[in-house]
Amino acid sequence: MTSEKKKELDALCLKFRRSLIEILHDIQTGHPGGSLSVCEILTTLYFDEANITPENAEERSRDKIILCKGHAAPMLYLELAEKGFFPMEEMKTLRQIDSRLQGHPCSKETPGVEASTGPLGAGYPLALGVALSDMHDKIDAYTYAILGDGEINEGVVWETCMNASKFKADRLITILDWNGVQLDGTTEEIMPVGDVELKFKAFGYNTIVCDGHDCAALSAAIKAAKSVKGIPSIILAKTVKGKGVSFMEGKNTWHGAPVQDEHYETAMKELGGAQ
Amino acid sequence: MGKAIRDVYGETIRKYGATNENIVVLDADVSGSTKSAVFGKEYPDRFYNCGISEYAMMGMAAGMAKSGKIPFVNTFAVFLTTLGSLAARTFMSYSGLNIKMMGGYGGLSDAFDGATHHALEDIAMMRTLPGVSVMVASDAAITDWMVKTAIETDGPMYIRLSRDAAPDCHPEGAQFEMGKGMVVREGSDVTIIACGLMVSTAVAAAEKLAEKGIQARVVDMYCIKPIDAELIEACAKETGAVVTAEEHSVIGGLGGAVAEVLAKAGCAVPTEMVGMQDRHGESGPYAALLKKYGLDADAVAAAAERAVSRK
Repeated sequence: MTSEKKKELDALCLKFRRSLIEILHDIQTGHPGGSLSVCEILTTLYFDEANITPENAEERSRDKIILCKGHAAPMLYLELAEKGFFPMEEMKTLRQIDSRLQGHPCSKETPGVEASTGPLGAGYPLALGVALSDMHDKIDAYTYAILGDGEINEGVVWETCMNASKFKADRLITILDWNGVQLDGTTEEIMPVGDVELKFKAFGYNTIVCDGHDCAALSAAIKAAKSVKGIPSIILAKTVKGKGVSFMEGKNTWHGAPVQDEHYETAMKELGGAQ
Repeated sequence: MGKAIRDVYGETIRKYGATNENIVVLDADVSGSTKSAVFGKEYPDRFYNCGISEYAMMGMAAGMAKSGKIPFVNTFAVFLTTLGSLAARTFMSYSGLNIKMMGGYGGLSDAFDGATHHALEDIAMMRTLPGVSVMVASDAAITDWMVKTAIETDGPMYIRLSRDAAPDCHPEGAQFEMGKGMVVREGSDVTIIACGLMVSTAVAAAEKLAEKGIQARVVDMYCIKPIDAELIEACAKETGAVVTAEEHSVIGGLGGAVAEVLAKAGCAVPTEMVGMQDRHGESGPYAALLKKYGLDADAVAAAAERAVSRK
């Protein structure tokens, strides 16, 4: 990735973080922690690696991004609005009555949302099904599935891994938002998964570890994943839950807590960088 | 006796497999039992054996449906509708994806395997999902029609099949329609509304009742959702008594659906429900189980007599 591109993506991420805090403060509901940790992952995909625009959204040849960890919907919506799938103005309606922007992504209502996700784990086999269909029909596209690291507690994630290996799903690129924190505490406290990389390797995956807050590193990891044929790849993206807002970082309590006035002031000051 | 419903299904999905390249078939390591393997043998590149991962299989089917495929998802009805239920709710119902859930071994038909393998709540569970159609196959002809309809009609469906054979209960050339039931025997004293293999049982019961001078009408309510409210109301008004008969819990299935229609219509006729009386089954020969749990022709006839006597 060129340094200009990286600068552009970093600026977008800062803008998304500021918008996120503003919106969640306005509506007093929604999930800040996981939205902040997945910001660079989504931004690298939507604004660099993935071939997806409102214009090609109906074409099978587009790349598909499936946010399995659906509670990061606010960040997904910011990306989609910036891409032009719907007006940024609509973000104000998030989680409100009669809105297209549901608390968790809804594929029927919201332009650009590929799958209704939220029940953790469920989106992953769907992503595999999309990738397998494209592979069967020789469609030159990738499906990106973004998993949370709490989400991998779900048995269906591992059922899907077995199927992805069996069916040689090299068009499925999984990205783990590896922030180490789930709703009730750290992943270590709540459900210690052990050696995550070794586990995915044991399920037949090509694994790549990278800094999940470095768009250039993510972009390189995606390119590396694409070069591996015959087996599925997972990018283990090391992230920080609540990234960018010091008092939210690494705190499970910020998984879904409302952003109060005093939090808002401090957070916006910290995110005060160039617009 | 007609052919086993599962054999008819396997042949039918293979037959129609040639008509549409978008048909894909998934199974969870029971394709030899559900007979989806018959399709798999002919179209190996459109057949996915997902191993014993029912939830993942349903999710994969959702991704395939999203890609324009018509996925037929197969395993025993009890596992499909429990392990697959979150995917069914999120992707078939909420997202409206065109998935066809094929519940093999419906009711008590996996008799010897026992209560863990019987499907006695599946209709109730699937019926509550907004936008999902629910159908139950009663013989070979209607099984063929259901598979064809599932291919040709866009929209999520749950279709309950059976391991066992059912006597043909529809005349050759019978025309079926989604959202409709069908009168398979005329009668004026009571209407037995049945589904699945209980339709032929209800016909046998009607013959016993005729010997006693009771003329029972028999309806095959093969489409439980959307249900043929018009037909139910007309039968209740014309015959003055209703019996429902299903290989399913009396809670929430066909009996529940018929009772909802009658209550809404203010049509208070004596109603009896034949089915599993809020309990589980056990291992044993199929016919012995049906007899023990009050699902044979004698039990249906007795329920009809009770309904008539309450008029």
